[in-house]
Amino acid sequence: MAFEGLAERLQGTMQKIRGKGKVSESDVKEMMREVRLALLEADVNFKVVKEFVKKVSERSVGQEVMKSLTPGQQVIKVVKEELTELMGGEESRIGTAKRPPTVIMMVGLQGAGKTTTTGKLANLLRKKHNRKPLLVAADVYRPAAIKQLETLGKQLDMPVFSLGDQVSPVDIAKQAIQKAKDEHLDYVIIDTAGRLHIDETLMDELKQIKDLSAPEEIFLVVDSMTGQDAVNVADSFNEQLGITGVVLTKLDGDTRGGAALSIRAVTSKPIKFVGMGEKLDALESFHPERMASRILGMGDVLTLIEKAQTNVDEAKAKELEQKMRTMSFTFDDFLDQLGQVRSMGPLDEILKMLPGANKMKGLANVQVDEKQIGRVEAIIRSMTPSEKQQPEIINAGRRKRIARGSGTSIQEVNRLLKQFEDMKKMMKQMSAMQQKGKKKGGMPKFPFM
Amino acid sequence: MSFFKKLKDKFSGSQEQEQTTEKYTEGLTKTRTGFAAKVNNLIARYRKIDEEFFEELEEILIGADVGFETVMELIDELKMEVKRRNTNDPEAIREIITEKFVDIYTDGAEVQSDLNIQESELTVILFVGVNGVGKTTTIGKLAHKFKEDGKKVILAAGDTFRAGAIDQLEVWGERTGVDVIKQSEGSDPAAVMYDAVRAAKSRGADILLCDTAGRLQNKVNLMNELQKVKRVIEREIPDAPHEVLLVVDATTGQNALIQAKTFKEATDVSGIVLTKLDGTAKGGIVLAIRKELGVPVKFVGLGEKMDDLQPFNAEKYAYGLFAQAFEEKEVADNEAGE
Repeated sequence: MAFEGLAERLQGTMQKIRGKGKVSESDVKEMMREVRLALLEADVNFKVVKEFVKKVSERSVGQEVMKSLTPGQQVIKVVKEELTELMGGEESRIGTAKRPPTVIMMVGLQGAGKTTTTGKLANLLRKKHNRKPLLVAADVYRPAAIKQLETLGKQLDMPVFSLGDQVSPVDIAKQAIQKAKDEHLDYVIIDTAGRLHIDETLMDELKQIKDLSAPEEIFLVVDSMTGQDAVNVADSFNEQLGITGVVLTKLDGDTRGGAALSIRAVTSKPIKFVGMGEKLDALESFHPERMASRILGMGDVLTLIEKAQTNVDEAKAKELEQKMRTMSFTFDDFLDQLGQVRSMGPLDEILKMLPGANKMKGLANVQVDEKQIGRVEAIIRSMTPSEKQQPEIINAGRRKRIARGSGTSIQEVNRLLKQFEDMKKMMKQMSAMQQKGKKKGGMPKFPFM
Repeated sequence: MSFFKKLKDKFSGSQEQEQTTEKYTEGLTKTRTGFAAKVNNLIARYRKIDEEFFEELEEILIGADVGFETVMELIDELKMEVKRRNTNDPEAIREIITEKFVDIYTDGAEVQSDLNIQESELTVILFVGVNGVGKTTTIGKLAHKFKEDGKKVILAAGDTFRAGAIDQLEVWGERTGVDVIKQSEGSDPAAVMYDAVRAAKSRGADILLCDTAGRLQNKVNLMNELQKVKRVIEREIPDAPHEVLLVVDATTGQNALIQAKTFKEATDVSGIVLTKLDGTAKGGIVLAIRKELGVPVKFVGLGEKMDDLQPFNAEKYAYGLFAQAFEEKEVADNEAGE
């Protein structure tokens, strides 16, 4: 049931090829089959997959792959490049009208996350661009949708315009724009009701709002878990309204998000933002390369590196490495380390970004309990400086004191001490392995290389 | 008698049967026109059944979100059936595919889509699912249904997280004339459930429908919270919740399978509610969910009106999908005969 990434999928084919020393056209065909499957499992629309595989296949049969000593790796490279290119450049700009206010319309199916995204977008406009947005509650159909936007407005301390649910959304939009003009608010974000792309009456209503408000941007909000139907939805909204961009929501889930590729392929409109969590600041720019990795199930190393770079102090890291090698790693260092890793975000999210993490034994279903980490921290903080430096001196009496001081039990203190000892041993082994590796000439290669 | 005729006869018995079949046919109009038109088109273009034919059929099924593995299995079975019947006529496929569709879903046994309702005792139904699938709306529609059946219904506003969620459920409470048990936004959902079960018992309610906040299945803390909610209900009534219904959006792709698996592990899901089937999405993933996890679909949402939530029936679903294709064919045959 766990979906395999492209790299895993290609492993089998590569093993067969390895013995032959030469890649034939039929080998490429077999590899393309795996590419096709990987994309289909990621929910990329089958028509888009067909076109895409054709393109990749042409490149692969050519020099690049067949002459390569590492054909598997080459295929992955070609696929990733093509995917990234297809999804377009990074474009998280929001247009500005010549004369304020700039109007942004949020449209999409029911439950895609329009209202939440409206709040997030307003937050972003204020925080990053120093703008003053007005939120407009134009969803008069879903019960309490207006209330939802009002609550978000309160949380953000931003004005929300609403006329209740008895006034037509077209009138609401008209009056909202007037209000923004009067009060010198420079952005108007209209939260429209979710609707089926085949509902003519409601699609007409959107057209009317569009005609009177001349929006600079019409964002189609799409659930990243959407399956094959994403093309129909995107195509239809685009055709009827002329969307200017896409916001992909709920990407903090574990979906591969192939819908992103489908939508891009049928509308050729840029994906501008992605929703990465329930908090109001969880709206991020779209990175095509990261999305390509994700669709292919290759882990999100780039995000991880970026996070590490912004959060880890390089000098400290060097020092740590030295300590690991000489085994002089103490509880102080451990605490430091823990703090740095935690500042990157929730641990299970970080683990997920490692390529192949879902394949690694013991890591597949690892559940990181943040509370547990808190307890570990409490235990260490209850140690005296000399205990932290030399854990060996912690005897029964000290353990009791530490347990009491941290509000944990002696068993928990014992467990941590044991784990710490094990960790030190493992570090020793690892640094020994690295030394050996250096002599032999680098790390062992991955099987598909 | 052909499989279609059998189904058709089966559904043209009572008036009620006909009405619900009509709802299916109506709700699935878009699904069907897309899907059936494609099958029809395919059949019209091929003179005989060959590899290429099956390849195209495979694509149609994948396009319905059936999922690759299930599609492969379905195609294999179709190939075998075609061989067994010794037919080379693409027309025959139409019927065989409907039959196989139902076969895979039912796996030979009659699948119960009825809810586990307690006689003269409180029945607790817990609703779970990811964000934006339509949990609250489904609860509203079900409340209406139970009310019509003369049951005393209470709603528990367990989504204390999303802005406006409690208000949304309250609107449904007003519309259907049903009490809503709630606390303020941000309070502990388990505490709300405790209150709700107590209130339902003391007020002598028949049905308690419990709303929960939408959560992505990979958020461990939120899944733990859901388990706690379920435990609190269990502690108050030993064999409750009597149903745990996972609400799934029909537009969802392969991720729905992971959703079903994770939610099942956490809360022992007993059935699926497939919503938004009135769009162009086909919700084919329910076939894989049924096949791999054994969880049956209990309701489907076929529209926005209060009574557009219908008990799921695999035969009706399949019939709704292929009915038009079948009827067109029948008309054409009759005309040809005259």
